[in-house]
Amino acid sequence: MSSPVTGGPEVVLRLAGISKRFGPLLANDNISLTLRAGEVLALLGENGAGKTTLMNILFGHYVADEGTIEAFGRPLPPGSPRAALEAGIGMVHQHFTLADNLSVLDNIAVGTESLWRWRSDRGAARRRLLDLSQRFGLEVRPDAPVGDLSVGERQRVEILKALYRDARILILDEPTAVLTPQESAGLFETLRRLTADGLAVVFISHKMNEVFAASDTVAVLRAGKLVATHATASTDRAKLAELMVGRSVKPPAPAPLSPGEPVLELAGVTVASGHGRPLLDGVDLTVRRHQVVGIAGVSGNGQTALAELVSGLIRPDAGKLSLKGSVVGHGDPADMVRRGVARIPEDRHSAGLVGAMAVWENLIAERYHDSSFSRFGVLRRGAARAYAREVIEEFDVRCPGPDARTQLLSGGNMQKLILGRTLAHGPDLILASQPTRGLDIGAVSYVHSRLLDARAAGAGVLLISEDLDEILALADCVTVAYHGRLTPLLPHDRVSVSQLGLLMAGHWDVLRDILPETIDAA
Amino acid sequence: MRLEPRTDTPLALRLLAPVGAVVAALALCALLVAWTGAPVLRAYGLLFEGAVGSRFALTETLTRATPLILTGLAAAVAFRAKLWNIGAEGQLYMGALAAVVVGGGMLDLPAWALIPVVMIAGMAAGGVTLLGPAVLKVRFGVDEVVTTLLLNFVVLLLVSLLLEGALKDPMGMGWPQSAPVVEAAELPKLVARTRLHAGLAIALGLSVLLWLVDTRTIWGYENRAVGANPRAAAFAGMPVTRVMLRTALLSGGLAGLAGAAEVCGLKGYLTLDLSPGFGYSGIVVAMLAQLHPIGVVGAALFIAGIFVGADAMSRAMPVPNYIADVLVATSLLCMLVAGLLARYRLRRG
Repeated sequence: MSSPVTGGPEVVLRLAGISKRFGPLLANDNISLTLRAGEVLALLGENGAGKTTLMNILFGHYVADEGTIEAFGRPLPPGSPRAALEAGIGMVHQHFTLADNLSVLDNIAVGTESLWRWRSDRGAARRRLLDLSQRFGLEVRPDAPVGDLSVGERQRVEILKALYRDARILILDEPTAVLTPQESAGLFETLRRLTADGLAVVFISHKMNEVFAASDTVAVLRAGKLVATHATASTDRAKLAELMVGRSVKPPAPAPLSPGEPVLELAGVTVASGHGRPLLDGVDLTVRRHQVVGIAGVSGNGQTALAELVSGLIRPDAGKLSLKGSVVGHGDPADMVRRGVARIPEDRHSAGLVGAMAVWENLIAERYHDSSFSRFGVLRRGAARAYAREVIEEFDVRCPGPDARTQLLSGGNMQKLILGRTLAHGPDLILASQPTRGLDIGAVSYVHSRLLDARAAGAGVLLISEDLDEILALADCVTVAYHGRLTPLLPHDRVSVSQLGLLMAGHWDVLRDILPETIDAA
Repeated sequence: MRLEPRTDTPLALRLLAPVGAVVAALALCALLVAWTGAPVLRAYGLLFEGAVGSRFALTETLTRATPLILTGLAAAVAFRAKLWNIGAEGQLYMGALAAVVVGGGMLDLPAWALIPVVMIAGMAAGGVTLLGPAVLKVRFGVDEVVTTLLLNFVVLLLVSLLLEGALKDPMGMGWPQSAPVVEAAELPKLVARTRLHAGLAIALGLSVLLWLVDTRTIWGYENRAVGANPRAAAFAGMPVTRVMLRTALLSGGLAGLAGAAEVCGLKGYLTLDLSPGFGYSGIVVAMLAQLHPIGVVGAALFIAGIFVGADAMSRAMPVPNYIADVLVATSLLCMLVAGLLARYRLRRG
């Protein structure tokens, strides 16, 4: 094969003029990209910018309306994942496509052998797998059932699966969304080994720090258009953020405020799980006015139970939960709302909003008993709609009006709706569970500024997030959840991302470095 | 050509869907009618005439529609809250049982007092019958489709037991039937010298009332929220369990009322053939109406018309009146397809 005239490594993939339309939406608008051997290309863009659509076209899940794809100099037939595989393109989806009940080896070998042969050559498959695993430093146990593996291990299996099929171009769709910082670092190390071997990698992301940690080239998509392609080294965060959003974005800047009286106090709170380790195990935590307390941790370490507790969905099995100094005994969401808790649920689609109902109906869902919204059991629909119009205006919810069905709103607007429902009443405590998950940069910065405004107005904020950047940007104090327990509160300026990563993985001995005085005292 | 989900279904399309489904069902069943050798158009003409063609036909259809409106409302109310009540038939018989017990002479009241008492007793009996499965559902997650369906047979056996024993009419010539309700418990006739009784007015009033409750009150608001997304409703602080139990009482009560009204308005006493499957047909009514309380009235009238009309048709030509069952079942299937299609649009390419 001939090298391109421009020199440098061989071009392995060439997308030319790709366009794809979904109904009225132009998901990809005349996108052209090239990828060279040994290159890591980051495809950066907000949700809905068209990144995943583009990669699905490349991998043959969708057929482009216009444009052509060339892999290794040969045109790729559209709409066929098999053709993509044969051309040496492998894809690791955001949601893994592994069979939990099969072993690692079986998951990797499945589909690669002819169904017409009597027996499968597992010995050869195992040798090949171990060889690949050694060559790229992707450690796996071939006989372990996939169901027993951690998320990071599963991702390694997915990558090995692609390599096993001789992928020379690897597509990773938001690969770090489910990883701890250490696991992400491991992944980037793997990517370096792969590219050193001449593979080319495309990884899709909307996180800026990954782009800088892992990529050689960054392509920014916005609203279906390719707005820029840069060598990663020649650009910076602010510039990329501006390209992504189309305007400049300021990072959140919490004004220094001295914390006030406690609004939420947990003392020795335990929540049993019904089997084995409790969900929360003797947790002590205080959130004060004018203070954002961030809870970091890999999901499944008690954050959900903590959120449900403060939401009023469950009650502690032992210990005390107090709001503004008075103990709250029974789990009752309506009571929590009356006591001034604004609750932003982790899953806005399934727990936050009733998609089939109108915007106004969702806006009054927590206070429809108020005399302003109902009288003698009859809804005051006019008043509720008028109120909804105010909130829509105030919280900049983009929707046709109060009668629009809620499920038609975008994720960002749904979150604004929830903010409007909860923050419009001057809460004392805000429980924000994953408040920006899946939102684009514009919406994220809106949510952050609203939370900080509430903090300035005197609310305490309990921020539960898997995004460490978010926690470090907003929180005054950080605590890490691990196996149902919480570390002491750590001032945000005394703890680094890598220390948080270690704490998240259970290495609590680093507390000694962060808080020598408290640990020695204890 | 391929299907693409619609983001919003316009009202006209929602209204058109049942009409289209009925037309499709009539077209499909025309094949069966043609198979019997009868001229299709004349058969459908006779069916139509038999349903609404005369004063007698019309009042018969309305009489038949009365219990169907009530069981249709029972199904619609429950299904909206995702409470899959398949037991309206049993609740109807429980309501009828309560009516013959309370209205059988144990209370000596004037009609204006006795009728409400008997109707409320019927509702209570039906409601309590569904309350059991509903409690099992919310407490232990027991599948109410199974429990409510099986309870139908339990209730029928109970009624059978009572009709052969404790409630057997001593003047009944040995037939398994109850003693008739007293005259003061009988619902007045709406049209003289026909079978049409005041149950229709009750049913119509209730469907309007339920529509108002559904859209205008916090009860209806809670019901809709819990039905559409119980998790979000619970998160917002709505009493999900209470809403479920309330819905069960209401749904069972409506089915029980259907039974009480059939006894006090039409039959006068209880037999095991009081209901030719009104409880099950109520499910079809509710589905055709897309669970809308006002739509239930239209759907019940349609189904009652098919049954009454098919009877008339089968007397005049060699098409068995079973065609009514087939038509109703086909309409339901077509409605399910139409409901699906209304949520999609056809796209080229």
